[in-house]
Amino acid sequence: MIDVENLTKKFDDVTAVDGVTFHVDEGEVFGFLGPNGAGKTTTVRMLSCLISKTSGDARIAGYDIDNTADSLKIRKIIGLVPDNVGLYEELSAYKNLDFYGKLYECNKTQRKENIEHFLRMLGLWDKRDVAAGAFSKGMKQKIAIARALIHEPKILFLDEPTVNLDPESSKMVREFILELKKENKTIFLNTHNLDEAQKICDKIGILNTKLMATGSPKELEESVWGSKTVIQLEQVNEMILDALDKLSLNSIINDDNKLTIDVVNPEKENPAIVAAIVRAGGHVQYVTELSPTLEDVYLKFVR
Amino acid sequence: MKLWKSWVIASKDFSVFRKKKSIIYSVIIIPLLMSIILPFIISSSGLKSGSITIGEFTALLNAFSFFFVILAASLTTVIASYSLLGEKVEKSIEPLLATPTTDEEILLGKSFAAFLPPIASIYVGLVIFMVLIDKLTYSSLGYFYYPNWNIAIIILLVAPLAAILSVELGVILSSRVNDVRAAQQLGQLVIIPFFGIYILGEIGYISLGINSMLLISAMLLVIDVILFYISTITFRREEIITKWK
Ligand SMILES: Nc1ncnc2c1ncn2[C@@H]1O[C@H](COP(=O)(O)OP(=O)(O)OP(=O)(O)O)[C@@H](O)[C@H]1O
Ligand SMILES: [Mg+2]
Repeated sequence: MIDVENLTKKFDDVTAVDGVTFHVDEGEVFGFLGPNGAGKTTTVRMLSCLISKTSGDARIAGYDIDNTADSLKIRKIIGLVPDNVGLYEELSAYKNLDFYGKLYECNKTQRKENIEHFLRMLGLWDKRDVAAGAFSKGMKQKIAIARALIHEPKILFLDEPTVNLDPESSKMVREFILELKKENKTIFLNTHNLDEAQKICDKIGILNTKLMATGSPKELEESVWGSKTVIQLEQVNEMILDALDKLSLNSIINDDNKLTIDVVNPEKENPAIVAAIVRAGGHVQYVTELSPTLEDVYLKFVR
Repeated sequence: MKLWKSWVIASKDFSVFRKKKSIIYSVIIIPLLMSIILPFIISSSGLKSGSITIGEFTALLNAFSFFFVILAASLTTVIASYSLLGEKVEKSIEPLLATPTTDEEILLGKSFAAFLPPIASIYVGLVIFMVLIDKLTYSSLGYFYYPNWNIAIIILLVAPLAAILSVELGVILSSRVNDVRAAQQLGQLVIIPFFGIYILGEIGYISLGINSMLLISAMLLVIDVILFYISTITFRREEIITKWK
């Protein structure tokens, strides 16, 4: 659905996006993670035909972002929730949406039905005639999302949709995104919220001008290190450490009677480790697995 | 080019203007006041008492009708800067550009929005002005002074061309300025040359008759064409997204 090959954008002497390659399939939620200035917004702007690329290639549903005729077709099948909501503050929620419905070439019935559908879904139908300027940030963000969906696009680009929102509104927006995924929409989500990316994305790309890594949250986590086994003992002594040394393990850290051991194949190695400790007279209290979080992945690639 | 899309954009702007008191006041009230005040100044100018000649009197009238050209230029910059900078300040230009609408359709829509309200209001003002002048001067002149060729050229050529100049200036200014007020104040500089012409006409240095009006129209047309090219260059999506800060 979104095919990006070596995409690059330079602003004069600043390279904002450098040779990025990735693919997003239909119905997938793709999360673009990266620090401030990583080039997330720039990428979304190129893909939604707002700015031109410097080099490389990108196709949206087969249409070329660099072709003027195609760019109109692309804009018809995508929806964009930009980082600034940009509503017309003097106009009501309904009028804001109706205006965009017209520009997206929806007919009257379609506009009426979709505006009602989305405003109800987002809990704002009762406030449809209130001027957008009177809404809270969260409500404005919701209207901006409804605005991007008014023409029932196949692909939705969201640029940090939960930034500035309270936890409850953020949760609502996330649930709404998952709802859209059920309708088989392809979703491209810019965020620097790792938790959010982990919760809702099928695939994640870590961007820092260059694309540092892509994969499912699980794949990315596993790529950082294998696994670690954590064993809490009543008392760690020399005998136990000697016994473990003989198992030729990669690394053992002893911290307050808690052993953190790097393992390559936990299912095979863990029983041998525990048996060795027990034979050396150790009292095992807990055995747990320590796996890397998305945060570890992110920090590894972004630092 | 889908003209109806430009019209959708212009209509949206009209709804926004309706919520802005300052815009309503300047666009409706000022031409209305002019159309009433100017005839009364003229009626007290002493034509009846014979203290000025018919020649002086018509020069005065021509100068006053030129006042509406100044208004056309000045009111249009107010609206043009509001219409474009409003989008820039509220950051609504990005979602607008993300719709399947071309840069030309947006620019034309914005131009309609800035051009039509002042010109409509000035036309109404001019009609009132002409009717009042005729009423006030028929007894002394023995004929209806208006309508005449002079005012026809103002209505059909000079005023619209001056308004178009202001629209284009507004487009160019919006790309450089970040603040509606600043743009409106800078935009007001456009009236200086028009005011100069008005003063020269008023003191009798130049005649503001038919020939001068045609000459002014021709000059405006040339300036409009040049500014049109500059404004279409500044109004490109890439420029707007990356340079309009
Ligand atoms: N219009 C512009 N002109 C010049 N440089 C720009 C422009 N827009 C972005 N950049 C530069 O491109 C780089 C990427 O910016 P971008 O806004 O895409 O980052 P981002 O990942 O969206 O960051 P954030 O998380 O802060 O939104 C930055 O170094 C920025 O300074
Ligand atoms: Mg950004």
